[in-house]
Amino acid sequence: MAIDIGWGTTLAIKTVIVLGIVPLTALILGYTFLLKMMSHMQSRLGPMDPGGFHGWYQLIGDGLKFLQKEDIMPDHADRRVFALAPAIVVLSTFLVFVVIPAGPRIRVASLDSRGLFDGVGVFYALAVSSLSVVGVLMAGWASSNKYALLGALRAAAQLIAYELPLVLAVVGVVIQAGTMSLQGIISFQQHGSLFGWSGIGFPLILTQFVGFALFMVAAQAELTQPPFDMPVAESELVAGYMVEYTGFRFLFFFIGEFGTAFAFAALAATLFLGGWSVPWVHGTAADVLGPFVLFAKVMLVAFLMFWARFTYPRFREDQLQAIAWKWLIPIALGNILLTGLLKVAF
Amino acid sequence: MTTTDLPSPGELPEVTVDPAAMRHLADAQVNVELDTGDMVLNIGPQHPATHGTLRLVVRLDGERVVSADPIIGYMHRGYEKLTEFRTYPQITTLINRIDWLSSFANEVPFIAAAEQLMSIEAPPRAQYQRTILTELSRIATFLLFLGEMGLQVGAITPAFYGFRDREYVLNLIEAVTGGRFHPNFNRIGGIKDDLPWGWISECRTTMNKVLASCDEFDDLVVGNPIFQKRTRSIGIIPQQLGAAYGVSGSNLRASGIDWDLRRDGPKYLVYDELDWQVWTHPDGDSFSRYWVRLQETRESARMVLQMLDQMPSGPLMAKVPRIIKVPEGEVFVNTENPLGEMGYYVISKGATGPFRTKIRSASFSNVSILPWLLRGSYVPDIITILASLYFILGDIDR
Repeated sequence: MAIDIGWGTTLAIKTVIVLGIVPLTALILGYTFLLKMMSHMQSRLGPMDPGGFHGWYQLIGDGLKFLQKEDIMPDHADRRVFALAPAIVVLSTFLVFVVIPAGPRIRVASLDSRGLFDGVGVFYALAVSSLSVVGVLMAGWASSNKYALLGALRAAAQLIAYELPLVLAVVGVVIQAGTMSLQGIISFQQHGSLFGWSGIGFPLILTQFVGFALFMVAAQAELTQPPFDMPVAESELVAGYMVEYTGFRFLFFFIGEFGTAFAFAALAATLFLGGWSVPWVHGTAADVLGPFVLFAKVMLVAFLMFWARFTYPRFREDQLQAIAWKWLIPIALGNILLTGLLKVAF
Repeated sequence: MTTTDLPSPGELPEVTVDPAAMRHLADAQVNVELDTGDMVLNIGPQHPATHGTLRLVVRLDGERVVSADPIIGYMHRGYEKLTEFRTYPQITTLINRIDWLSSFANEVPFIAAAEQLMSIEAPPRAQYQRTILTELSRIATFLLFLGEMGLQVGAITPAFYGFRDREYVLNLIEAVTGGRFHPNFNRIGGIKDDLPWGWISECRTTMNKVLASCDEFDDLVVGNPIFQKRTRSIGIIPQQLGAAYGVSGSNLRASGIDWDLRRDGPKYLVYDELDWQVWTHPDGDSFSRYWVRLQETRESARMVLQMLDQMPSGPLMAKVPRIIKVPEGEVFVNTENPLGEMGYYVISKGATGPFRTKIRSASFSNVSILPWLLRGSYVPDIITILASLYFILGDIDR
């Protein structure tokens, strides 16, 4: 039974959902991993009071607190650029969520079967995720603060350097699945089989484990999380490019950071673990089950990301660049070569 | 020149521009147009990396340090002047707060100086308990160092482990002295009170916990390749230079100089009755400073375990009059404190308080090497070097 609603209403509903989901996912990720998992790993409890049950209300309370703060802008700051920068960072996050599917028919926009290619979901997602670099540079420069500038310059170099391993890691997946469309990659994994047994489909992490490792490392760097958090080095630059931001604008950066973490984790789950799909569930059942399966897989991937975040010290900027250019990119190229050879051979 | 001599804003003189000169300047600009100027960055006095109110004015060329000047004095409390107007027991309370992380250790050289002037010696049991408390405070401050150096380098978690383990040691100190941070427990002639019932077995358990947590730090921090990359060959202090600047303590031993006042200086407390060793490292970089302090923490825990077994029974205070007047004289006593070599030069004119005290604090000399050490390093390395030198602002500024 299909209800016929016009494209305007559909667009409105989708907008509201995305606007709601992105902060919600940022919140859930932030609470579970930043507040609770990190605390338990550090032999403490984390927030316990707000909301009564293990402090679940903490981040919502934090959000409300930020909303009611005074909007301070430094004296010599470039006002318009200063105000626009957080918006651009969050814009990049929202744009990635547009293309991640949560079920066979649940996605905001399909970007499949348009013209020449058989869908460009992956291409689009990686392209828009790098828009945040512009926002970071704007924030650092417009803050008229030397620490912010240092942070922004480090961020620019780092984010651009780690785009390449990110993209190259995904190329292996695309070669093996044969399509750039995210739904196509998911269905490849769902309907695949391991040596004739189709019990768990064919999650691409099994053959693309090098790609998965590269993607996780590059995603960690793209999110400026330790061990790659030179731009936001807490003990040196205090908050790096975000240091002059307070209140609502800082909330934007916060949502951007954790929302992008969710987006990258969702991308990794989709590309390597099969996204919303469970092999023996199809049709409407998959529509209902899909979001939950995707959420579970995302939490698993995010667990890895945040675990690395709390354990490792940070690399120095030049060491960071050396790792990207001297190690990750050659390994990624080797992975592509090997995948291509094996794809042709088998 | 007074303010009346300056032209008021409406009367600025006319400037005539000579086109030929401007063209010459423009040519010169083209040749140097790729040169960038240095950026002056103020690290501190409010900064998470400076362990207090230290101000470092660094000139940066990109991310490289061209020059660095530490500016101290933001925390000067006038201790040496304060000691001129207080009696000896009152001063013990004060000097606890010089190096506030290992507060018991600050009292020891001062009390030793007063006892030398009075020619009395504390009884053996008191000496043992003083040594135990000194080593406990050394363990406490080093555990904090082991945690927070990881924090400065970016690993958030070791800091929590360091503080958690430090709590056990602070509980021990509180059980004996009544104060976690500022015990104020030394008296001229001995110490104030005996150990409470059950303290010795509790101390044994805690020392074993400390040894276990040192192994944890070995795994988590020392064994971490990122930590090694951030600290090896960073901030190397050459031996002769370190000795010339007056660097002392673990910093010097990490450069390979085998010198420890507990073993090589004049006898104080009971170190000569224990079986222990001095740890050195040949490299002299930030990593070796971390490593030496880790080994010294383990060594202190083992020393405490030995002392708990060997402690003699006996009185806790020597025979001292009620109102203590220290006879005339001057004496300098220096000891191996956790931060380095701390010394007190006490001049007494026979009154109830000293006439003049000069405090030789370890961190003051340790920080003096910063301008030399920081030249040519990167900005993140500044943080690593500051963390590895391990100074306390109260110790620098007094």
